[in-house]
Amino acid sequence: MSGGAGTGHGAEGEHQPVFVGGARDKLEALFPRFPTRQACLLPALWIVQEERGWISPGAMAEVASLLGLTPAYVRGVVTFYTMYHTHPVGRHFIQVCTTSPCHLCGSDDVVKALLKETGCGELGATSPDGRFTVIEVECLGACGFATPILVDNDFIESTSPERVPGILAGYR
Amino acid sequence: MGYPHPSHPKETVVLSKYFGDAAARTHQGWVERGGYEGLKKALGMTPEAIIEELKASGLRGRGGAGFPTGLKWSFMPKGDGKPHYLCCNADESEPGTFKDREIMRWTPHALIEGCAVACHAIGAETCYIYIRGEFTDPWAVMSTAVAEAYAAGTIGANAMGSGTRIDIVLFRGAGAYICGEETALMNSLEGKRGNPRIKPPFPAAAGLFGMPTTINNVETLAAVPHILNRGAAWYKALCLGNPKSTGTKLFSVCGHVMKPGNFEITMGFPMKDLIYDLAGGMRPGRTLKAVIPGGSSVPIMNRQEAEAALCDYEGIVEKGSMLGSAGFIVMDDSADIVYEVYRLAKFYAHESCAQCTQCREGTAWTTKILERILKGQGKPEDLALLLELSEQMTGKTICVLSDSCAAPIVSGIQKFRSEFDAYLRRAKAPVLAGA
Repeated sequence: MSGGAGTGHGAEGEHQPVFVGGARDKLEALFPRFPTRQACLLPALWIVQEERGWISPGAMAEVASLLGLTPAYVRGVVTFYTMYHTHPVGRHFIQVCTTSPCHLCGSDDVVKALLKETGCGELGATSPDGRFTVIEVECLGACGFATPILVDNDFIESTSPERVPGILAGYR
Repeated sequence: MGYPHPSHPKETVVLSKYFGDAAARTHQGWVERGGYEGLKKALGMTPEAIIEELKASGLRGRGGAGFPTGLKWSFMPKGDGKPHYLCCNADESEPGTFKDREIMRWTPHALIEGCAVACHAIGAETCYIYIRGEFTDPWAVMSTAVAEAYAAGTIGANAMGSGTRIDIVLFRGAGAYICGEETALMNSLEGKRGNPRIKPPFPAAAGLFGMPTTINNVETLAAVPHILNRGAAWYKALCLGNPKSTGTKLFSVCGHVMKPGNFEITMGFPMKDLIYDLAGGMRPGRTLKAVIPGGSSVPIMNRQEAEAALCDYEGIVEKGSMLGSAGFIVMDDSADIVYEVYRLAKFYAHESCAQCTQCREGTAWTTKILERILKGQGKPEDLALLLELSEQMTGKTICVLSDSCAAPIVSGIQKFRSEFDAYLRRAKAPVLAGA
């Protein structure tokens, strides 16, 4: 591709274009489904995150150029949504629900167990081995299955402090 | 993915009939269970006839506002020559609510069928189903189902051989409660920040991409084929005496109950039976303290109100709250109302899109005040300040997020004032640490 690729300079160093090969095909398959290019912004950002694990300034500039937007505009959208990572995270990203229904059912203890077992120490931090990042998330929409956690794309219901070591073992 | 409980004899299973039945997820399995008969029927009807049938059924929106569905569809312009759009709101994020997730996980074709019927009725060729980003399982199930429906010719350029074009496109959200607000959802779909829009114009006049748009909740759309199959009179009769609230509804019950889950009951069902019988009641030795019935955005009900309420739009208003999305957060006598109100305020502060001052400042400020109360640093004037802020947060903003934050705060103080006072008088030990 040509245009804006590589124009951004962020923590990632020289930006290597994301939208080549299969990722490019995926993006182009989206275009006919929407009347504007701009509407492909959220899906395009998902493709970036799937490919790179996070969305760097360089990637934002690349997306902007492909969709006819400005890098600043794209950054404004990226930072509105909590699921897009604007910095690198651990190999496995863990989101644990702590909103009222889960809090009533003991989510605080699940958080403590996750922080201890992963070695993250505190919410938002990445473990020293780079394997895990744990964050608190607002209502995951599975309140009848408290406490749900999302490990990458795996939605795990009805967790408890006792279940945490077993769950994490699957990601080591 | 498993389903936690078999149907209770007091449930009236229509939407949830095949929850837990994995074979119902496939196109073929859905057809074998009578699926797509409603769509076939709809494609042979005029849009006007479908809308009249829906109006007669009394179906009201299941996302929270309870607006009559047939009436909403009738607002779409006719013969305007513009593209029309249908949006399906599958951004289920209201704390306490987890019903749309089950519809999508177990009966994806019920939703596709409902969307296709709605497209025909409002003259839309394209339906976007906006699924919250965290719903990875529903996304996977829906993706497979949409592909199957295209492959079978049920939707696409010539839906069921009718000559009508119906496209269904799935769209993944990226983590924002506010995108469940209809105009924020449309902005998000257009590739923008999820800021709600000022109304008017209403979506039927200028919605998605500036074109006439109808937006409906997952559960509302899933109910539509049943109404066409079995008739408006059948649906309307599914209520316990109140003709303004008809049909069955999925009630999500969570928190301090023995059997949390979704229960499908006819409108007007006694709340007492829902909590104590269907949801298994309280844990041993515990008593009911409070219920937030509408998802978290409605006033808290105390035990007396909850035990006397009937579960429909009017019945819950009569007892001091609102039905909303029917996500019941149940609290027993071990719950700390002050903490739970604080936790909800923190939720709204996190989720405010920050466009309106009253909301941006109000949600953060009320959270801060509640936090200091829980730290044992509350001031005598704090409750009056919370009530004054809540007043300024109600009815003054583009959308109702800040009203939603105020509702549990005001009702919490009104109905459980002694719990707040205990922290303020330092009679109760602080539960939050920090300076």
